Amino acid sequence: MTAVTGTNWTAYDAATMTAREIYGRTLAQMGKTNEKIVGVTADLSKTTAIVHFEKAFPDRFFNVGIAEQNMMGIAAGLAKAGLIPFASTMAVFASMRAGEQVRTDIAYQNLPVKIIATHAGISFGHAGTTHHCTEDIAIMKSMANMTVICPADGIETSKAVRACIDVPGPVYIRIGRGFEPPVYESEGYNYKIGKAITMHEGTDFTIIACGIAVLQSIQAAKTLKEQDGLSVRVVNMHTIKPIDEEAILDAVKDTRRILTVEEHNIIGGLGDSVASVIAGSGKGCIFKKHGLYDEYATIGYAEDLYSHYGLDANGIIGQVRSMMGMEFEADENWEDE
Amino acid sequence: MEQELLLKLKRKAADVRKNIIDAVFSAGSGHPGGSLSCADILTVLYFKHMNVNPSAPKDPDRDRFVLSKGHASPVLYSVLAEKGYIPKKDLLTFRQADSYLEGHPSLKDVPGVDMTTGSLGQGICAACGMAQMGKLDKRGYRVYAILGDGELQEGQVWEAMMYAAHYKLDNLTAFLDHNGLQIDGDITKVMSPEPVAAKFEAFGWNVIIIDGHDMNQIDNAVEKAKKTKGKPTMIVAETVKGKGVSYMENQYGWHGKAPNQEQRDKAIAEIDAYIENLGV
Ligand SMILES: Cc1ncc(C[n+]2csc(CCOP(=O)(O)OP(=O)(O)O)c2C)c(N)n1
Ligand SMILES: [Mg+2]
Repeated sequence: MTAVTGTNWTAYDAATMTAREIYGRTLAQMGKTNEKIVGVTADLSKTTAIVHFEKAFPDRFFNVGIAEQNMMGIAAGLAKAGLIPFASTMAVFASMRAGEQVRTDIAYQNLPVKIIATHAGISFGHAGTTHHCTEDIAIMKSMANMTVICPADGIETSKAVRACIDVPGPVYIRIGRGFEPPVYESEGYNYKIGKAITMHEGTDFTIIACGIAVLQSIQAAKTLKEQDGLSVRVVNMHTIKPIDEEAILDAVKDTRRILTVEEHNIIGGLGDSVASVIAGSGKGCIFKKHGLYDEYATIGYAEDLYSHYGLDANGIIGQVRSMMGMEFEADENWEDE
Repeated sequence: MEQELLLKLKRKAADVRKNIIDAVFSAGSGHPGGSLSCADILTVLYFKHMNVNPSAPKDPDRDRFVLSKGHASPVLYSVLAEKGYIPKKDLLTFRQADSYLEGHPSLKDVPGVDMTTGSLGQGICAACGMAQMGKLDKRGYRVYAILGDGELQEGQVWEAMMYAAHYKLDNLTAFLDHNGLQIDGDITKVMSPEPVAAKFEAFGWNVIIIDGHDMNQIDNAVEKAKKTKGKPTMIVAETVKGKGVSYMENQYGWHGKAPNQEQRDKAIAEIDAYIENLGV
């Protein structure tokens, strides 16, 4: 690990730091210039790394104990008083244990509570099903007023955490647990909530991914270029709600074959959001959602699980190849175009 | 309790502690502190009190056990292995890819586990449901549960406290593993649940306070609980987190961390020395 402590970190450190660590440090930096920021956690200060903010601003930080529902209620109350609370716990507890508090106390009233949830997806794989979370995107995006973000790496986590302050309402940012290899080298790129980023140009096929799947998709695209001569576009859909419809429609128009990849149940996640945009476009498209296929994951370390469930570059390559072999069905009765 | 049995139980608890260390060590992660703090309680329950049969883990008349503080799964798996529910060597697959021994116990896959736990606060509610069913079907089995003291901060726990007293679930005996620590530190500094005994009493429970590492006291408390009519019993067990491994004792840093090779060897050597002293 790095020697950096407290509120500072650089792009160099980002290569060896977890997204959680970068989040905690970024928030501690932001606290210096924005006095409205307060922090809350439920006995997971160090675990979620909001501890960096706690250390820097002990008077603006509240540990509620192991009581996630209470935490969301308190965050709502703090927000009502004009503050901008950052609430951190594991994704499974933020989205499900305290789900109704998030919906009625926070989302319904459109309060600026920023929920930074760690250990999302199967990143805490070896802890077992009680600590996996492959439902949170579905739950959070179905709450009106909620913005839902799944950053690709630590640097993008920092960008998202900084940007979420300007969203007037609640924001849910899901990050993982461990060290995920960085996608970005520095913060020197344009990041806008709701605006997808093309990571790799392509004209034959589009992969739309979020979170850890972004890096794996880029690697898959590179291999597919080399080995199959395929031109694969990779879109980093870091914001799942509001979804970037334009980026999806461009992919439909330009490539006509789209795969979504996410560390989430294929029901209710990124894939479904993309699917509804495609369906609404009126255009035919070869499409597949890749992720966890409506099952509870087995246990194991995250990296092993990613390859087991085909969420790594190899798995993604396999998906793309099989979709390239699919033909558009000729429909005699359809008088289109 | 007779001296011979006492020695036998102490030896069992020491073996359980060794299993805990090795399971967590081989996984490279897990929760040793809170597992060691309730090792004596589980040992007395499983080897003296509970009516269970490893060859019939689903026997409808069996006593039930719910580890509401599910992160202490190493202690439960270790006891189940000592009892013969699962092969001892499987403990070394703890938390590994495709192992049935998940970091938090799963009812689905492990014989002898009566309830999936790991999300704090939920287990005790299921234990109430099981005790309620025991009353309805008049099978006479008893339900045991273990709560963490940090876990008491979950409001759901108190919903269960109210329920158990309201329905007079005297077949339910819960233990509070009162080790004073949670993840972020001292429970009274993070979010104090104190005074715990008075709270349980106010909720209508029969409360017994014991030294949670004194097997005679554990045994007597369970006997008293069995005789208590019309109320559930809460045994507040004063415990030491990390008990039995000197450098883990009372250190919240050992809540959820695995020992390295050197630390593992030291822990095993300490427990072996203790066993040597027991002379059994
Ligand atoms: C609902 C929920 N929130 C948070 C956690 C994360 N967590 C695991 S153990 C723990 C601390 C438990 O402290 P305590 O109940 O005192 O257990 P013990 O000291 O006996 O290990 C926390 C917060 C969890 N497992 N479940
Ligand atoms: Mg404790």
